[in-house]
Amino acid sequence: MTEFFDMIIPVIGSAVRLSIPLLFACFAGLFSERSGVVDIGLEGKMLGAAFAAGAIAYHTGSAWAGLMGAIAVSIMLSLVHGFASITHRGNQIVSGVAINFLASGLTALLGQAWYGEGGRTPQLPDSARFLQIDWPGVASARASLGELGNFYANVISGHSILVYAAFVMVPVTWWVLQRTRFGLRLRAVGENPLAVDTAGISVGRLRYLAVIIAGVLCGFGGTYLAIAQSSEFVRDMTAGKGFIALAALVFAKWRPFAAMATCLLFGFLDAAGSRLQGTPLPWVGQVPVQVFQALPYILTVVLLAGFIGKAIPPKASGVPYTKDR
Amino acid sequence: MSLARRELPPFVDYVVLPAVNVITAFAAAGLVVLAIGENPIEVVKIMIVGALGNAENIGYTLYYTTNFIFTGLSVAVAYHAGLFNIGPEGQSTVAGIGVALVCLAFDGAPWWLVLPFAVAASVIFGAGWALIPAWLQARRGSHIVITTIMFNFLAATLIVYLLVNVMGKAGSMATETRMLTDATRLPFFATLLKPFGIDLGQSPVNPSFLIAIVASVAVWLLVWHTRLGYEIRTVGTNSQAAVYAGIDPARIIIIAMLISGGLSGLLAVNEVMAVQGRLLIDVAQGAGFVGIAVALMGRSHPLGIALAAFLFGILYQGGAELGFDIPKITRDMIVVIQALVILFAGALGNMYRPMLERIFARRPAARAHEAEA
Repeated sequence: MTEFFDMIIPVIGSAVRLSIPLLFACFAGLFSERSGVVDIGLEGKMLGAAFAAGAIAYHTGSAWAGLMGAIAVSIMLSLVHGFASITHRGNQIVSGVAINFLASGLTALLGQAWYGEGGRTPQLPDSARFLQIDWPGVASARASLGELGNFYANVISGHSILVYAAFVMVPVTWWVLQRTRFGLRLRAVGENPLAVDTAGISVGRLRYLAVIIAGVLCGFGGTYLAIAQSSEFVRDMTAGKGFIALAALVFAKWRPFAAMATCLLFGFLDAAGSRLQGTPLPWVGQVPVQVFQALPYILTVVLLAGFIGKAIPPKASGVPYTKDR
Repeated sequence: MSLARRELPPFVDYVVLPAVNVITAFAAAGLVVLAIGENPIEVVKIMIVGALGNAENIGYTLYYTTNFIFTGLSVAVAYHAGLFNIGPEGQSTVAGIGVALVCLAFDGAPWWLVLPFAVAASVIFGAGWALIPAWLQARRGSHIVITTIMFNFLAATLIVYLLVNVMGKAGSMATETRMLTDATRLPFFATLLKPFGIDLGQSPVNPSFLIAIVASVAVWLLVWHTRLGYEIRTVGTNSQAAVYAGIDPARIIIIAMLISGGLSGLLAVNEVMAVQGRLLIDVAQGAGFVGIAVALMGRSHPLGIALAAFLFGILYQGGAELGFDIPKITRDMIVVIQALVILFAGALGNMYRPMLERIFARRPAARAHEAEA
């Protein structure tokens, strides 16, 4: 049993770390889509943010400045999305695709032009990063509390501040959506914008707000990737995480706590996949790592097929709102 | 969408508006070049010479064009049915597996004998990969965008698994199949035309370019001159009205997606059977996504798509030359241009419409006059 715990606890710890970018992106998508704006540009916004975080943290030597810069860049991309899909009622999918390519192309191009390292940003010193925080009593807990101490040291303690921020975001999001006037209006505008408009509330303004919140959260996600999880920006470092977050959002049926659980599950699959590489499992034998990579998508498709409940998106999502003339 | 729009003359709607959009996209790209501190005119010059400067370069440009025609047509056919297929990348990847299986099975046979089977395999595998998202959309109402994105990733993991564990070259760590023999591999035009004194250098353009032309004509016939095409466009315009016209939207959605997937699949004939001569991990190399830009720019019309594909062919080939002359501008510049085209010709496609309406909108008097004539 000890052996099992010794194996599984580090995997859980790494699952938590791997789920953080998914969490931020997923909640960004949650705000946006709950307001009726489909956002497949999460990937691009996180990527742009990661680049900004890496570059600005390098030039200022401050991780916090990196975070602010990342949020600013991510919001700018959000505003492009808003301008196209809210102001000009363009196709939201097309706009999202454009943002993904824009971020992927610009970060690589500017990275090469400015730093000449194949699209990387320069390596950061520890002082310009978000480092892991060791909670009080980690050493003694590990020594005296056995598996519980191990869990405390690996899973509860030892993450950067952004990880804890991500988990604070979950109940806050739930509270905002379910218990505030803004949240009610946000949900209403995603289900029935005409009703909101009739009540004298600006549909466009609400949707812009939602899209900006999505930008802020993607900014956190990108920052985490570039200057907390690693110490530099690497080209295309989001590697599809924005899309897995999108899958998680669908899987969680656009609900905050379910979204957190799904992101943790997908993070766990990722961690387990790399941990189990080359190790045979009981009953099934050796499982190729690709199975773990594919599982989030397979699970979501199975969900979409209606085998585990039905995922119904907000009614007005993807539909531009046109005021009657 | 077209709520209370004033009518624009067709010339403005189909030529001026798209042209203004694309010019905006390129102007924005020029600003990016300026921001990096290089001269946009110089960049354009290098790209055009690199893409069209000699027969070999044109050959390369047409090779890229071939891929983009297939994926552009693929996106367009789905679009006519009101569907957004973001899955050409995955569909052509899986088609690559099909083409590789056929070509490796018949390896050694002459290419003209294998070609029909390879084409069939590419279409069947590509269409097959589109079938599940199509079915989920048609019968379960789950959004095709989400499912095709997922199927892109699933295709990417599938091909890695197959190349590592099943189809990979024996005794090699490289994730690729063995090479096809020269007899089976689709020859390049450079080889075929050499006896006639035409020198295309090393360029990989090959008979699949002709398949792309044929496919364009076929799509044009299908969409505008067949009953099925009419049904596809009806479902795309108003699926509820289609029901009253006796059309089953679910059936049409599935058929349109199968055609779309099949068209994407054809890309694999160009890549696997001809250019690479083997199956590599990255079959489409992003051409699936270029197809989105191409279809948007070409207004989902085969002629427009062929022209847009050629333009992107120029960008890709010319962009490849950029890095040699201006080290600060890498070929990632193409991705930026692609993004700006998608943004301005697609998502912001109607940004200039109100302005053009003010300039060109027909006055009722003019229209009445026309009715008399």
